[in-house]
Amino acid sequence: MNEEEHKVEYTTVSIPKPLVEKIKERMKGTGFSSVSSYVTYVLRQVLSSIESEERSKQAFTKEEEEKVKQRLRDLGYID
Amino acid sequence: MIQPHGGSLINKDLPKVEKERILRQIDEFETIQVNPQTIKVIKNIVFGVFSPLEGFMNENNYRYVLEHMYLENNVAWPFPIVLDVSETKAKSFSVDDRIILTDSIGKPIALMDVEDIYRYDKKEFAQTVYGTIDRNHPGVDSVFNMKEMLVGGEIFLINEPKAVFPELDLKPIETRVLFKEKKWDRVVAFQTRNPPHLGHEYVQKAGLTYVDGLFINPVIGKKQVGDFLDEVIIKTYQALIDEYYPKDRVVLSTFETEMRYAGPKEAIFHAIARKNFGCDHIIIGRDHAGVGDFYGPYDAHKIFDQFPDLGIEPIKFRSFSKCSKCNAVVNDKICPHPPEMHNYFAGREIRAALQSGKPPDPDVMRPEVAKVILEYENPFVT
Repeated sequence: MNEEEHKVEYTTVSIPKPLVEKIKERMKGTGFSSVSSYVTYVLRQVLSSIESEERSKQAFTKEEEEKVKQRLRDLGYID
Repeated sequence: MIQPHGGSLINKDLPKVEKERILRQIDEFETIQVNPQTIKVIKNIVFGVFSPLEGFMNENNYRYVLEHMYLENNVAWPFPIVLDVSETKAKSFSVDDRIILTDSIGKPIALMDVEDIYRYDKKEFAQTVYGTIDRNHPGVDSVFNMKEMLVGGEIFLINEPKAVFPELDLKPIETRVLFKEKKWDRVVAFQTRNPPHLGHEYVQKAGLTYVDGLFINPVIGKKQVGDFLDEVIIKTYQALIDEYYPKDRVVLSTFETEMRYAGPKEAIFHAIARKNFGCDHIIIGRDHAGVGDFYGPYDAHKIFDQFPDLGIEPIKFRSFSKCSKCNAVVNDKICPHPPEMHNYFAGREIRAALQSGKPPDPDVMRPEVAKVILEYENPFVT
């Protein structure tokens, strides 16, 4: 663990016990040492995916979008 | 809308001033003349149809894809996308050179930063991608006809190749803007290389029932002798859509690429390309992208289980048929009646009818579709 990670403060999140059992099963053979580290990993993955999706929604500028729309109009795809 | 494969849509179209600068110095570059199939690959890379690829694969990615069906950066990719050159040509440039890829008459198409020049084993390539080294398989035959060396590296567009059907040639950025404009969040893609019969119409409409839009995306490019001509496929779909589809729910656009007939692996490839066009579902039928008896009828269904991270969801259809008892087009999950009550849309029978100049049974093919095909003296690739 590096110095920066030492500075991170942690908090407690409650999750249902049956889910913890499922997570423990899922963790087997993955190399994760605790349910907390595995859940942290999964949440980071989920957040990264959502953020990536949000970025892709703004993948082109208004100017590019207008140029594309003009071509789509010229081809008859939109009115 | 679904994000592009690998997270961002690739665009390798150079700014106009940069293109002009390169064209002024064009005589200083070594060139490689590429065939029409490779020109389609270039176009697909530079406009993001093959996102996240930014060029032809280097040796590391080539090997990684062969062994794992993933790129080195852990993004799923089913088979190598490579540029082959002769040994003699490979000696005319070096790693870190910039070279120009031209068409058959020497027109510059793309600039390439050479990252890697390497040998490969054609048998290993064919066996791994196609599961066979039998040259009766058209994909295998193509591999054995490739030149001896491969060149990897990033590419940048100089001149956009002319589309076969310019009015139906949409790039991923265009389909994404189009779907957004139509307020389609969920879009199902339909891959095809044939004129539509009622079975195709049934699966398309079944898929469309659960999403916002249908993206009919015929493959245009090199096919086998006996396949339908590209123009026939396009015109039959236009006739079908005109008469039988809700116009605000369907988009017809071409996908210029060669058919590799790689069966299940090509199904994954087709899914990735459609994901980049903005589709979050793809219809996968029986023996998708197969040829002869090289693959099991549902291999292309099973392979999706290996890619839970693909993003785009397959809608898997087994067989579909017209049931005389139900008096409807059905699939095997929803109809209890015995085989003798079913008309299975056999391609061979449809072709036989068309070749004899007669429209197929209207329970099999719409008369408007058959009429378009019958207007051609020969609707097939010769």
